[in-house]
Amino acid sequence: MPVIQYREAIRQALAEELSRDPNVVVLGEEVAQFHGAYKVTEGLLEKFGPKRIVDTPISEAGFIGMGIGASMLGVRPVIELMFWSFYSVCFDQILNNAANIRYMSGGQICCPIVIRGPANGGTNVGATHSHTPENVLANHPGVKVVVPATPYDAKGLLKSAIRDNDPVMFLENTILYGDKGEVPAEDYLVPLGKADVKREGTDLTIVSYGRALIQALAAAHLLQQEHNISAEVVDLRSIRPLDIDTVLASVRRTHRALVVEEQKPFCGVGAQLAFMIQSEAFDELDAPIARLSTVDAPSIYSPPAEIEQLPNPQRILRAAIELIG
Amino acid sequence: MNKKSSATAETQGEAAAAKPAYAGAPVNAALPAEEKIRLYRLMVRIRRFEERSLRAYQAKKIGGFLHLYIGQEAVAVGCCSLMGKDDHVITAYRDHGHAIAVGMEMNPLMAELYGKSTGCSKGKGGSMHFFDPARNFWGGHGVVGGQVPLGTGLAYGLKYKGIKGACMTFMGDGAVNQGAVHEAYNLAALWDLPVVFVIENNGYSMGTSQARSTAGDLARRAEGYGMAWGVCDGHDLYEVRAFMDGFLDLARAKSKPSVVEVRTYRYRGHSVADPDNTYRAKAEIEEYRRTKDPILVFQNLLLTEKVLDEAQVEKIDAEARAEADVSAEFAEASPFPGASEIQKDVYWEADNPSERKSGGRLFFN
Repeated sequence: MPVIQYREAIRQALAEELSRDPNVVVLGEEVAQFHGAYKVTEGLLEKFGPKRIVDTPISEAGFIGMGIGASMLGVRPVIELMFWSFYSVCFDQILNNAANIRYMSGGQICCPIVIRGPANGGTNVGATHSHTPENVLANHPGVKVVVPATPYDAKGLLKSAIRDNDPVMFLENTILYGDKGEVPAEDYLVPLGKADVKREGTDLTIVSYGRALIQALAAAHLLQQEHNISAEVVDLRSIRPLDIDTVLASVRRTHRALVVEEQKPFCGVGAQLAFMIQSEAFDELDAPIARLSTVDAPSIYSPPAEIEQLPNPQRILRAAIELIG
Repeated sequence: MNKKSSATAETQGEAAAAKPAYAGAPVNAALPAEEKIRLYRLMVRIRRFEERSLRAYQAKKIGGFLHLYIGQEAVAVGCCSLMGKDDHVITAYRDHGHAIAVGMEMNPLMAELYGKSTGCSKGKGGSMHFFDPARNFWGGHGVVGGQVPLGTGLAYGLKYKGIKGACMTFMGDGAVNQGAVHEAYNLAALWDLPVVFVIENNGYSMGTSQARSTAGDLARRAEGYGMAWGVCDGHDLYEVRAFMDGFLDLARAKSKPSVVEVRTYRYRGHSVADPDNTYRAKAEIEEYRRTKDPILVFQNLLLTEKVLDEAQVEKIDAEARAEADVSAEFAEASPFPGASEIQKDVYWEADNPSERKSGGRLFFN
């Protein structure tokens, strides 16, 4: 099976869906001539032409709102946000218009858009460019939220997202763009709302997603090597819909749960997970649910300090050892 | 004429001052008499519908806000009367007039105001959120200016699909200072999208007059984007049609956007909750009612043209009142949505379970 980068996997998904459906159009800042700020869309302009691959001005509320309006007529825009951090300047369009229009019209209108781009810290770009808004987005019924961690999942999930008739928020990661993995060259789908056990184990369940999942896998390796602790690692892959059943099944096997998230803790995704695990598997737990989040402050610039602010293998390791007791 | 029972008994005959010149504009000269009567009837129906809804609101049958369009009827009816099958409309929260102008029936509209499951949005949208995509009417949007990028997107969709249509994107004068509006202007001009931005200038953004909110001329801002623009009075339906026709053609035929300002006036407050006595004089409202009422202006024109006679005026008005009363009875008799309805129409997938591809939970209680 070909081994390709995460960014290439996304590009393949875009190219395949652009070829499959003439209503799919890719819009965003620098996606065409510049080839994408992170080179995700490289080559698509040359292959599909300027009608399908559209450079926009720096005008997120304008072009995202425009994409929503076009989707009501059956166009299927896949809109790149150069950084998900910029969701704040188009919040009204995403979370009033895209999220609510189906509901407020009594189900008469569909909004089949995908908004995609990176949402992560860890690149020393400071607080304005390091937001991870999956919790904010998922707080709005009407939108779906996906956070792929691997190249395989990124391709399969994006293709599912583009075919979905609901608005899908697709959160990538600049640090993962260069990660490589096995990705089939042919058409395949990873359904939204299906978690994936990325590593099997017996002593505790680590639930995570996105880059924090990659860090959790590294921590699980260290736990086994250095402490003889067997951690199972569950990748949520999508936040809403949420496959809590796979999480609960794992917790019923290991009886301990550690939630790891690149999220500020207050009202983060981990808070929802911890609530659901205790609510639905309380009797299975041998210890309180543990949670490892981003250290609760705006994202710090200083490179060594930012590593300590985010989930990293050592922080996860310590949290796991504390949970095992 | 019998002023007491005419459609605009509250006004006097001075409104006949409307300029007859617009009746001769090609787009109006071509109107058959029955079509003129239909347009007149639409305006009367909008007014009687809203007056009836106001009584229901005062009787606490309707929740939330109620933004009435009374006084502005010639704008929605004039503009929407020019729609071809591929033309689209989107507007803000003062949307009752546009809904009726595109052909929506009173029953589902009144039921929506009452929060009933027979409402046009099943009681999920309310006054500010009427929709009828089958009639190319895309709402009904609550946040000032928020619908303007959507209207631009409808135009983008038309162009993308190679359809020769236009999207009339309505907004109030208060919207012109919102950033989203300017972002939409830029995209429309940059990409030659077939959109007509229609600013319905009723003089007040809530309680703040244009003079206190907006620098310069409203539509002239189009010049900064290289767009065509224009201003007209919105009291005479013929004038609105004559004015809009060219801008719609520009969009349809040449895919060129434009910004138009239609000067109009609302008699009621920003919403019914608005005390309406702090920012404008009663005499001002009375002056508009007396001299520029769009229904009386058009009524007088049609009487002069002998398209209507007084008996017809009276009959149309009585029918509109009766229709509005029936719609209130329909709304009253309709059921409220049950608790089981709350989580429907949120996700397409949840509403179409046999076609659902995703797994997991979509709802969290």
